[in-house]
Amino acid sequence: MSEQIQPLDAPPSAWQRFLDSHLWHSFTKDRVAQFSLLIFAAYAIMALLAPLIAPYNPYDPAQIDILNAEMPPSWEAGSDPAFWLGTDAQGRDLWSTILYGTRVSLTIGLCAVVLQALIGIVIGLLAGYRGGRIDSLLMRFADVQLSFSTMMVAIVVLAVFQATFGTELYQELAMVMLILVIGIAEWPQYARTIRASVLAEKKKEYVDAARVIGLKAPRIMFRHILPNTLSPILVISTVQVANAIIAEASLSFLGLGMPVSEPSLGSLISSGFEYIFSGSWWITVIPGAVLISLVLVMNLLGDWLRDVLNPKLYKG
Amino acid sequence: MALLEVNNLEVRFGLRSGEVTALRDINFSLERGERLGVVGESGAGKSVLGFSILNLLSKPGYIAGGEILFEGQNLAAMSPKQLRSIRGNRISMIFQDPMMTLNPVLTIGQQMVECLLAHRRISRTDARRIAVQKLKQVQIPSPETRIDQYPHELSGGMRQRIVIAIGLLMDPDIIIADEPTTALDVTIQAEIMDLMLDLCERNSVALMLITHDLGIVSQMTRQAMVMYAGRIIEQGPTKEIINDAQHPYTQGLMNALPQMALPGQRLNQIRGSMPPLQNIPTGCAFNPRCDYVMDACRHELPGFTRSGGCRVACHMVAQMKLEEEAAARALEVN
Repeated sequence: MSEQIQPLDAPPSAWQRFLDSHLWHSFTKDRVAQFSLLIFAAYAIMALLAPLIAPYNPYDPAQIDILNAEMPPSWEAGSDPAFWLGTDAQGRDLWSTILYGTRVSLTIGLCAVVLQALIGIVIGLLAGYRGGRIDSLLMRFADVQLSFSTMMVAIVVLAVFQATFGTELYQELAMVMLILVIGIAEWPQYARTIRASVLAEKKKEYVDAARVIGLKAPRIMFRHILPNTLSPILVISTVQVANAIIAEASLSFLGLGMPVSEPSLGSLISSGFEYIFSGSWWITVIPGAVLISLVLVMNLLGDWLRDVLNPKLYKG
Repeated sequence: MALLEVNNLEVRFGLRSGEVTALRDINFSLERGERLGVVGESGAGKSVLGFSILNLLSKPGYIAGGEILFEGQNLAAMSPKQLRSIRGNRISMIFQDPMMTLNPVLTIGQQMVECLLAHRRISRTDARRIAVQKLKQVQIPSPETRIDQYPHELSGGMRQRIVIAIGLLMDPDIIIADEPTTALDVTIQAEIMDLMLDLCERNSVALMLITHDLGIVSQMTRQAMVMYAGRIIEQGPTKEIINDAQHPYTQGLMNALPQMALPGQRLNQIRGSMPPLQNIPTGCAFNPRCDYVMDACRHELPGFTRSGGCRVACHMVAQMKLEEEAAARALEVN
């Protein structure tokens, strides 16, 4: 026999199992997914290593010279070779600022989604598993929360905070506030998705079996049901990170997000917007392109994950 | 005192269309090491009975009356905490479909260890050792490897063995097996049954076997009860019920076995089907399907009549017994 038969007493390693999995198989077939993951990985590395890659530190006022303001990118006439993508209105190197901005945007996006997921998972599990009045109550909360748009809640909360505690404190806490506001405003997405899958899982016999062996309800919810609802959680997480990044960018654009001294991609776009008609298009367009491609690849990855993890959508 | 004693158990479901009684007048007892078969068509209330013994009926079902005494303590009136210490520990339950009963995302070992840790204060390594030992008891080959596998990596028969191993994990006093072999093919079925019989005898575990397979009941159990539309209609020693069924329904079940039909003929069947719980016929619930229906059957609920070692709820049997007695008395007088 030419084929090697795996001996029974050698279980395949986790890595081997991953290579044999449907997930990996589908990934090797899907060019869009490969391309998206590549770009996303590039952004993630750029964001992580920003202090090492960036030629300047945009947070350090000593390295900024107002005389360098509004330099065009290096391929345009009148540029300075020291600034690859040009500079913004305050003379910061745009390349360095984008690197740091991506870092801020990704951090806010990821943390906000972790917060959303925590609140949403707990509430969704409780509502789905307990059912009855608790379910109705929690889901009405979710409905109310969803009937306010995220932006509206965020604008009101952030504006009130800014007005009561002053701009200075706000600038210090901007990141935390953004994470909190975006995280709290979007939990119903998770709660609803999880509740729906819990309702389906709850009817399965393994839940009865877990009750029969005398396990407590929280243990059944978190240990037995939650892992079975993981695939929808994964899928919405990718989409939600993209949404959170957009929400942060929109808020920053409205002047309620990250301060100009510590810009995210959104506040960078916003700060350049005033100069777009004076010809300094690059301050808005380049961070804009970065933001769009980042969100796009995340959505593409989310689509791919949804197709792979949903067996009903297997494409021949 | 019996290990398990069920007195006048009544279970209802509070549906939107009104209350429905799923079980009523359930009386039986189970001794240590005894094996009891519960037989009936789908919808007779067999599984509901299994669940209500553990007080695990899910909404909208609830225990409306009666008591379930386990070692003298009433399970129907226990706090959730007390119940948890009995479930899985003293009384365990095995379900029909082993594919569905095991959690697909946890390894066999994780599921077994978890059950042990929920009931005993032992270390993880000790729990794992016990789990391996139990897997060996149910004749799983190379248990040290299998324990780290996921349910989907095992065959149906192997999965059911694992479910049984989980059932035996805490050395319970009672195992309630709800159609444990329905999802398996016949050869595996025989193996699993032999295994359960052997394990129950060796550890003197009481077994309550819920099934619609009369063959399994006759092979596995000493006592049996037949249920119809939420009531017990005949109960007694398995041998008597199988060899000399009194109730027309039990007779019908026996006649429906393929081996009772003559070659080339249609199989015998009980005509009609089980009535829905919302409109159970008045009188004897079986009367619309019964070949021997009498006037009394349509109006009056039959009480139990003794017949040999059995109790039968049937007007016809009662009447026959009366006639027999009268005849016997007439003989004596003469």
